[in-house]
Amino acid sequence: MSAFDNARMAPRIGLSEEQAQLLDIAESFCRDKSPVDKVRALIEEEGGFDAAVWHEIAELGWLGIGVPENYGGIGLGMAELVPLVEHMGRSLMNTPFVPTVLAAQAVLRGGSEAQKEEVLRQIATGAAASLALCEDHADWNLQNLSVTASLQDGQLTLRGKKYLVLHAAAAQFVLASVALDGQAALLLIPADALAGRISREKIIDDTQRAYALDLDGLSLPETALMPTDLAGDALAHIEQAGSLLLAADMCGGAYACIDYTLDYLKTRKQFGKLIGSYQALKHSIVDAHQAYEKARSHLYSAAHIFGEQGEGDMAVHMAKAEAGEAYSFAADRAIQFHGGFGFTYDCDAQLYRRRAIMGCALYGDTRYHRRKIAALMF
Amino acid sequence: MADSDIEYDEQDLAAFKDAAVAWFGENTPRDVDFMLPLTFMEVGTDQQFNFLREWQNKVYEAGYLGAHWPKEYGGGGLHPAFQDAATRAMAQARTPIMLNAIGLNWTGPLLLDRGSEEEKQKYIKGILSAETIWCQGFSEPENGSDLGNAQTRAVKDGDDYVINGSKIWTTQGNYADYMILLARTNPDAENKYKGLSFFLAPMKGADVKGGSIETVPIKKLTGEYGFTQTFFTDARISADCLMGAEGEGWLIAMQTLEYERGARAGQAGGHVMMMSDPSDIIRLAREAKLNGKPAIDDPAVQEELVALMTEARSLGLNSRRDKIRPLAQDRPMSLALGSKLASTDFYQRLNAFAITLQGTRAAYYVGDENAHDNGLWQRGYLNSFSATIGGGTSQIQRNIIGEHVLGLPKS
Repeated sequence: MSAFDNARMAPRIGLSEEQAQLLDIAESFCRDKSPVDKVRALIEEEGGFDAAVWHEIAELGWLGIGVPENYGGIGLGMAELVPLVEHMGRSLMNTPFVPTVLAAQAVLRGGSEAQKEEVLRQIATGAAASLALCEDHADWNLQNLSVTASLQDGQLTLRGKKYLVLHAAAAQFVLASVALDGQAALLLIPADALAGRISREKIIDDTQRAYALDLDGLSLPETALMPTDLAGDALAHIEQAGSLLLAADMCGGAYACIDYTLDYLKTRKQFGKLIGSYQALKHSIVDAHQAYEKARSHLYSAAHIFGEQGEGDMAVHMAKAEAGEAYSFAADRAIQFHGGFGFTYDCDAQLYRRRAIMGCALYGDTRYHRRKIAALMF
Repeated sequence: MADSDIEYDEQDLAAFKDAAVAWFGENTPRDVDFMLPLTFMEVGTDQQFNFLREWQNKVYEAGYLGAHWPKEYGGGGLHPAFQDAATRAMAQARTPIMLNAIGLNWTGPLLLDRGSEEEKQKYIKGILSAETIWCQGFSEPENGSDLGNAQTRAVKDGDDYVINGSKIWTTQGNYADYMILLARTNPDAENKYKGLSFFLAPMKGADVKGGSIETVPIKKLTGEYGFTQTFFTDARISADCLMGAEGEGWLIAMQTLEYERGARAGQAGGHVMMMSDPSDIIRLAREAKLNGKPAIDDPAVQEELVALMTEARSLGLNSRRDKIRPLAQDRPMSLALGSKLASTDFYQRLNAFAITLQGTRAAYYVGDENAHDNGLWQRGYLNSFSATIGGGTSQIQRNIIGEHVLGLPKS
């Protein structure tokens, strides 16, 4: 059965009890811990996140949600991470949560038993980690690798630079993708090996932190290499998991920026009337809201069937494509509908718009994911 | 109404389903030598009407319509899952549509939910068998989107009501035996809604005791027919035709619209629209040629097809998500009130896009040998406006969502 035949069947969506509970808890946690003045205060700080909040997230056990119990986790899955990240997106919360749980997924799928033992337990108890995937060719295809590693006498030697490594400065481990003998491979690099090689990048989203990693000439022991026969599968899994979580963040952001704009439309008067009574604005914000609802349905469908070959993959592509489109449109209109205030740094609309662009830039934008679906369908 | 809590045997259901698939496989009319309406709103000729009436009757007699409606009124008395299976079999076999849509899907469930015993005995069987055809008299020429402002008058006179006024967009008005009619019985009520009453009004025969009810077919933008404007001139009907009490018209009309929008269950089943679905447009994109190559080879075409596919999937997902409480509580009425706008705009976009895949053949229309799929898409596109305009235009829908879901001030 092709992916398209699946699409014609009654589409599947559901919510586990754990997802429902996490949705509740995450809503109040993110609202309390990440009000917008806090978001703005963290913009001014170098690390860009609140270590105390990070500690609480670890205490809540959220870092172990996607980690099996035998490695110190809770043994749930990607689906249960979605409500958390959705609410982080609503609150513009910024911590190393997403790169850390994605790094855990990469180790889980691509690591040796020893590597899993070493890394997953630490992540589950609060160690931050990150993924170094992007390169200067700016390609979303994670298999397109020009950073290389060569192996000689038990030593790996690296050539090249990685970019957009989220929260690299806080990470205790970084997983880097490289080409080894022309094949994709993943390396597990401890923080101390990266000393002096990390530099902060100027990114469009002020609420987040990304770093370039200069790996040129870095030498690592062979034990840093994850099993090469698992690398392809692990990268495919990272792309799916990353797309799903970014879609969650963007759905959350779309909701919040529509809500933020609605407040303005209900209070701001021009020509003697509340501007939300004008259909030019009302109809457009309704369109934004409808696009958000559509994206959210795709998000929870993708979470529900994550990992199923065919329909599961397609659902993730749809979720990321729709979330990118919905967030971009909602935040674009948010700036416009705030008028002159929308053009200022003080207006929160820009925070959402910039985060939407960042969200599209990572793990593929709407067009990229639609092309992926086309390749599955036609 | 059949109780959806009653238990049934899965094996019985499976057997029923197999029998339905076989029956529709065997009995679906093929090679009809005239164009059949794709929806119940497109019945424009006597030939089409007679054909579809006979077909509905045959399906009913076979037990595949109203299978879950109570036996004592003419239904099959089975669990709703049985009718769902029959309806699916019907849609899959792409059979002609069920003609008496307003009776089957709006009037019928309304009567079963709140009609008197006498009303159920009198009307339900005829609705299923297509012996009595129903139409709806809500919209008026001067009150399209503003239904609550309906001005058609019903004045009590002894044991009768006398109706004066005009209704428009009456689907199958020229064929109908009865109309569900929204009329004003009290122009001085404390607000416009409380002055309205709801009638099960005869359209023809001796039950129209005086005056006249005249139906004038409306020529649609496609050049075809399917609707009428209906004129009441001192039309005298029995006071027994009043449903409920005077002043309850708005309430009952709103309940009727819930059946129409699918927000309330109880419909007799059967498909009343043959909607093109995404698989049809993919087939078209493979067959149609753009610049000498299959349209589907064009990356821009592929992208739009994927966007449409994604949209189609979201319609189904939205209605399922609406039933998952934690995922539907941020803005409670959002998914229900948003579905009409989303689905009708989608269908229009699908048809409009299909036309652009045909190169110069986009110019042809129904009846020309060069027309792709005999002009199905061109005609479907033009007809799609009936859904983006009827039942509250897309613009009214945006007002409703903006005001009732997002809490914006009235325009």
